[in-house]
Amino acid sequence: MPKILRVLLWVTISLLGALALATIALHRGEEINAMWLVVAAIATYAIGYRFYSKFIAVKLLLLDPMRATPAERLENGRDFVPTNKWVVFGHHFAAIAGPGPLVGPVLAAQFGYLPGTLWIIVGAVLGGCVQDFVILLFSVRRDGKSLTEMAKAEIGKIGGFVSYIAVIAIITILVGAVALIVVNALKRSPWGTFTIAMTMPIAILMGVYLRRIRPGKVLETSVFGFLLVLAAIFGGEWVAHSPSWAAAFTLTAPTLAALIIVYGFAASALPVWLLLAPRDYLSTFVKLGTISLLALGIVALRPTLHMPPLTRFVNGTGPVFAGTVFPFAFITIACGAISGFHALISSGTTPKLIRRETETRLVGYGGMVAESLVAVMAMIAASVLQPGVYFAVNSPAGIVGQAPDAAAATISNWGFPVTATEMSSLAHAVGEQTLFNRTGGAPAFAIGMAHIFSRSLGGEAVMAIWYHFAIMFEALFILTIVDAGTRVGRFMLQEALGHIWKPIGRTSWYPSILVTSAMMVAAWGFFLWQGVKDPLGGINSLWPLFGICNQLLAAVALCVATTIVVKMGRVRYIMVTLVPLFWLVAVTFTAAYEKVLNPNPRIGFLAHARQLVSSGASERLIFNDQLDAAVASVLVVLVGVVVIESALEWVRVLSGRKTAEVKETPYVMTRLALEEQG
Amino acid sequence: MKLITILRRAILLLGSVLREIFDETAYERFLARHHSSAGTASYADFCREQQQAKVQRPRCC
Repeated sequence: MPKILRVLLWVTISLLGALALATIALHRGEEINAMWLVVAAIATYAIGYRFYSKFIAVKLLLLDPMRATPAERLENGRDFVPTNKWVVFGHHFAAIAGPGPLVGPVLAAQFGYLPGTLWIIVGAVLGGCVQDFVILLFSVRRDGKSLTEMAKAEIGKIGGFVSYIAVIAIITILVGAVALIVVNALKRSPWGTFTIAMTMPIAILMGVYLRRIRPGKVLETSVFGFLLVLAAIFGGEWVAHSPSWAAAFTLTAPTLAALIIVYGFAASALPVWLLLAPRDYLSTFVKLGTISLLALGIVALRPTLHMPPLTRFVNGTGPVFAGTVFPFAFITIACGAISGFHALISSGTTPKLIRRETETRLVGYGGMVAESLVAVMAMIAASVLQPGVYFAVNSPAGIVGQAPDAAAATISNWGFPVTATEMSSLAHAVGEQTLFNRTGGAPAFAIGMAHIFSRSLGGEAVMAIWYHFAIMFEALFILTIVDAGTRVGRFMLQEALGHIWKPIGRTSWYPSILVTSAMMVAAWGFFLWQGVKDPLGGINSLWPLFGICNQLLAAVALCVATTIVVKMGRVRYIMVTLVPLFWLVAVTFTAAYEKVLNPNPRIGFLAHARQLVSSGASERLIFNDQLDAAVASVLVVLVGVVVIESALEWVRVLSGRKTAEVKETPYVMTRLALEEQG
Repeated sequence: MKLITILRRAILLLGSVLREIFDETAYERFLARHHSSAGTASYADFCREQQQAKVQRPRCC
């Protein structure tokens, strides 16, 4: 394309993006179309990818297409395999896309669509994409080493230890929080519970088909499994209308929590994993399909956003979770803008597949762009709901009351009109008994998705099917996170405890598997149970705690990245990683301070504990708050130590007291370029 | 014609992406490494090998 045309194209994209951002930021008192959010996001991502990631690639990282990657040098056909960049992109995206970018924006919509959307877009372009990109490249240059190993090598033993603790903490709290989301979505819902229960026998059938009838034909098996799941959704409707079956599948939150705890233990400790493994494939299949479908639905329908850009709850009095827009919007959005967990994927499987260094830009930066777009779609799904409906679904009974009329009156008094009759009709339309107090984000997202889907395909008559399809989609891949998280946590515990007592480090020794699985399940089960028993819905305390852990891990990743940048002698461009690091430190440390010490009992764990003491509540509830406060404090202190340790290393290197020495594998020229040239 | 070629390439690429995500390519590599052919026994061996790798692989939030 001639240069003048390229310039014109990018000027047009920039102007369009600026117009869209101005529209979403400056419109007040009028509803806007969701496409403004989509255009603002896509234009910003395009500019970020074309110019900023190019700048990072050329100026900061000095990507070298002639340098052999570990996939080429260590190729073994198993872990290290040079793979087409688009295939790695798809693989990486499938690995990083989880419930976080769906749930976080839905919860943050309580502030209105504006703060969350701006942070998703800006945070991704300047923070999340940068983190994923640089960590991926640094791992590629270190034979695919993990974040923990890089932290240990570049910052020191403390860095390695803290990232290890942060990973264990994040997995524990993540699994507890997402399990709570499933509980809140399925409680008193025979339709949803039946559908999810059916995924177990379906997985076993898939396993038999995959192993006995068509070995290795995973895609075909996943299509077959998907059709069975669709049949289960239709079967769920019949179950919900059958008095005896409905009673059998109408479960309370504690019963569901207990079942999930048993499931997590069984999936980690008992030899059932191979039977359930096909569910992993099914979950990925449904996830990718549904995300694509949602994107098509939004573009086809171009829905109007009913949520205002800003709500009164920016002042911290929100019913979904308590806390002011800063820092809590940023903690809540989590994975949609920047996620420490991505640094684990970027330094896990992905670097071992990268064929050329230059491809890390598409996979690392581009993969996070796609994840961020998913978060924008989740924000749209939440914002197409009438605000009254959104708050009725997401507000806990402890805030708005249990009785529908009282809850509707409270929410209407906040300025978001809704009636009990309206909620009852909506519940009927989606095949539920009630939609009040369904905290956790998943049901609100499912209603938004059902709203979009039903208006594009099938009309209002099939809204219940779409709603339960969305619930199934969320619960299915959340449950795979529960079992995968438990197994990974168990494995990490075995490795760590193996330093104390060797036999427990033997990962296939059955007593060790049983003990460490029980420890892992007890840890996340504790948080899940605490959430189920919390009158404020649990999400109020668990999701911010998860967000803090996740963002603290991102801070550790950016400390590692900045240290390597300093040692590479690229200090001139240090702001690329330092600015997001400063921001994350400011956000996470403020949020942790607020969650621990804020005098408002809805925000501060310790203030809540004091309130419970004065009201004569049980010791157990008081202990829960104290433990949450301790977890947040310990993590902040540990990450504070890593930040200080890193800063001291930068000073030592920059002042010349220490020789700058990066721990990269030696340079080897690639064969691939020569082979490609023939 | 050009459009058809582009579409064909896009579909083939999408197929490759899906086959990698769903471990079908990994199974083919396994067969090549072990000089064996597709079947229930070789797939069971592949699953056992995959299990060890997957247990250490975190799933993102």
